[in-house]
Amino acid sequence: MNLVHRGRWITLLGLVLLALVYVRALAFTPVERFQGPAQKIFYVHVPAAWSAMLAMGLVGLCSILYLVLKDARFDRFAAASAEVGTAFSLVMLTTGPIWAKPIWGTWWTWDARLTLTLFLFFLFVGYLLLRGVVTDAGLRARYSAVLGICGLLLLPFIHLSVYFFRTLHPQPIVLKPSSPSLPGSMLATLLFSFGVFTLLYLGFVIQRYALSRLREERGGSHG
Amino acid sequence: MNDVLRHAWTVARKDLVLEFRTRTALLSAVVFTALVLTVFNFGRDPTAVATIDLAPSILWVTFSFAAMLALNRAFQLELENQALEGLLVSPISRTSLYWGKLLANLVFVAVVEAVGLPLFVLFFDVPVGRVLVPLIGVIALATIGFVAVGTLFSAMVIRTRFAELMLPVLLLPFLIPPLTGAVQVTAKLLAGRPLSEVEGWLKLLAAYDIVFVALATLLFPTTVDE
Amino acid sequence: MLRAEGLRHTFGRVIALDDVTFSLAPGQTLAVFGPNGAGKTTLLKVLAGLIRPGAGSATVSGGRRAVGWISHQSHLYDHLTLRENLLFWAALYDVPRAARAARATAAMRRLGIDDRADQAVWSLSRGLVQRAAIAKVLIHDPQVLLLDEPFTGLDLAAAAEVRALLGELRGAGRIVVLATHNVDEGVELATDIAFQHRGRFVHFAPRGARTAAQISDEYRRAVARE
Repeated sequence: MNLVHRGRWITLLGLVLLALVYVRALAFTPVERFQGPAQKIFYVHVPAAWSAMLAMGLVGLCSILYLVLKDARFDRFAAASAEVGTAFSLVMLTTGPIWAKPIWGTWWTWDARLTLTLFLFFLFVGYLLLRGVVTDAGLRARYSAVLGICGLLLLPFIHLSVYFFRTLHPQPIVLKPSSPSLPGSMLATLLFSFGVFTLLYLGFVIQRYALSRLREERGGSHG
Repeated sequence: MNDVLRHAWTVARKDLVLEFRTRTALLSAVVFTALVLTVFNFGRDPTAVATIDLAPSILWVTFSFAAMLALNRAFQLELENQALEGLLVSPISRTSLYWGKLLANLVFVAVVEAVGLPLFVLFFDVPVGRVLVPLIGVIALATIGFVAVGTLFSAMVIRTRFAELMLPVLLLPFLIPPLTGAVQVTAKLLAGRPLSEVEGWLKLLAAYDIVFVALATLLFPTTVDE
Repeated sequence: MLRAEGLRHTFGRVIALDDVTFSLAPGQTLAVFGPNGAGKTTLLKVLAGLIRPGAGSATVSGGRRAVGWISHQSHLYDHLTLRENLLFWAALYDVPRAARAARATAAMRRLGIDDRADQAVWSLSRGLVQRAAIAKVLIHDPQVLLLDEPFTGLDLAAAAEVRALLGELRGAGRIVVLATHNVDEGVELATDIAFQHRGRFVHFAPRGARTAAQISDEYRRAVARE
């Protein structure tokens, strides 16, 4: 079966599993004591952040591979990954406030993960905008690769900046959602959700990649 | 290596001579800096928020805006004078070109900052006397960081549509580490905190500078070759 | 010595160079004729080292230092004087410092523009700027000259100057590659003729005894055939 179909099947599977995640999270996972039902957003919020980061990592890796090997497929994959990464970052950035409001009474907290994802989102948007304003395909690929590599190397610095900033400005104690001290069934739901989001990432990227390839074959200049 | 530095200096010197002869970009950046500082100073309520809390952020917002005005100038100059092709055909290495442009940009931004800092002290009445040297140090470290990345990106955006818009959009995430560090260190210095407290930030700034100057040097040829 | 082997290059779907192979010895002047889009500029850019070809190789003994490049871009900075421009480029081409001033003056004198040496380029007429661009190329005494549509937009005096110069250079044992879409312009200067169409050399031979008219005819027929 060709790439588009394969991508569609994976995405479909991912979406079905996502529905199962919701079911499991809402009906079969215990309600968290302090935060109540609102906490359940966490099972979507955290894996979405993970997918966004995975997407960025792959953009960076493909950028390096493109510059070294000059294979256009890497550029196409990087672009697809950036688009999917933007979507997932947006999911994370919208579920964040939805979670924060009932619990902290404020829409936004400058917590480490949220801040990092916000800047990740800006990086993705910049990457996609850059691709939008360059008309020549070869130039576009090279410029994107340069930005992708710079973005990848920026991430540890942003992480460190946020970390330093937070240790100086103690935030209200966010319940440590990613600590392994989660009770078994919550951890299971979370891990299940991680898997589903990774699958969704793959499905979306493959579809997007296949779409790019089709467009290029038909003679469009926009990948 | 000697050649590389020599050529870089030739390029930088040419840029600086041209800039000081025409002065337009420099004057615009300086006037802009003064305006921003004035607006910020005028608009705030000194009874509501202590100056010392707000001052570092204002200083650095001003410096980064001014720097972004400056950055476009570097390769725009070559484009306008139809000289970029000549530079690329000449035997100088791409590294020389990048370092030359970087140096010229740094001097340019330094001049703007040299005007901005006294104005800042004047308007906001902050005690810089005792901490002038470390303050200049952190200004230098942070400036190198974002000018290094900005010079690389400015080479890319000149060949795109909406070049002046694209540069700030692309550069924004890359300003975060140097700006955050600069604001934090400036705040601590002005508050009279001991230097040991800002060691972590200074190391971060230095690391950022080293990593990104190296990375930009490495990636620059890709952005100018066809 | 200039050698091109198996040069191939595409821009997306457009074939700019298709298996181009030839070599030139000192004293040879190659005129490459072809319609717009035939790949002549790409060929020159590959020879100059501006573009790395998708396949194949181009070698010029002496590297970029030995190459002089003339295109429609002037490579002159408006707000520098003529002399300053020439000295700048001389420095980039590693002309020994002690010799720079003398060579600059000599080049300007040769092109008849030394009386304007200390005028800023923006104040010079187009014809003078064209001559200055040629002076700039002479200053580092290149072994190989690459000219991309050198007669376009030239006034009659400057065009005559270019022709005279090319004759001198050929006599002095330099290699010249001249690309133009106008057969009449380059024919009498050439020792060798090539027709380029869609990236390929559909003809490459010494000029021999053929007259301009004969070559024009052959060219038209060759293009019609393709």
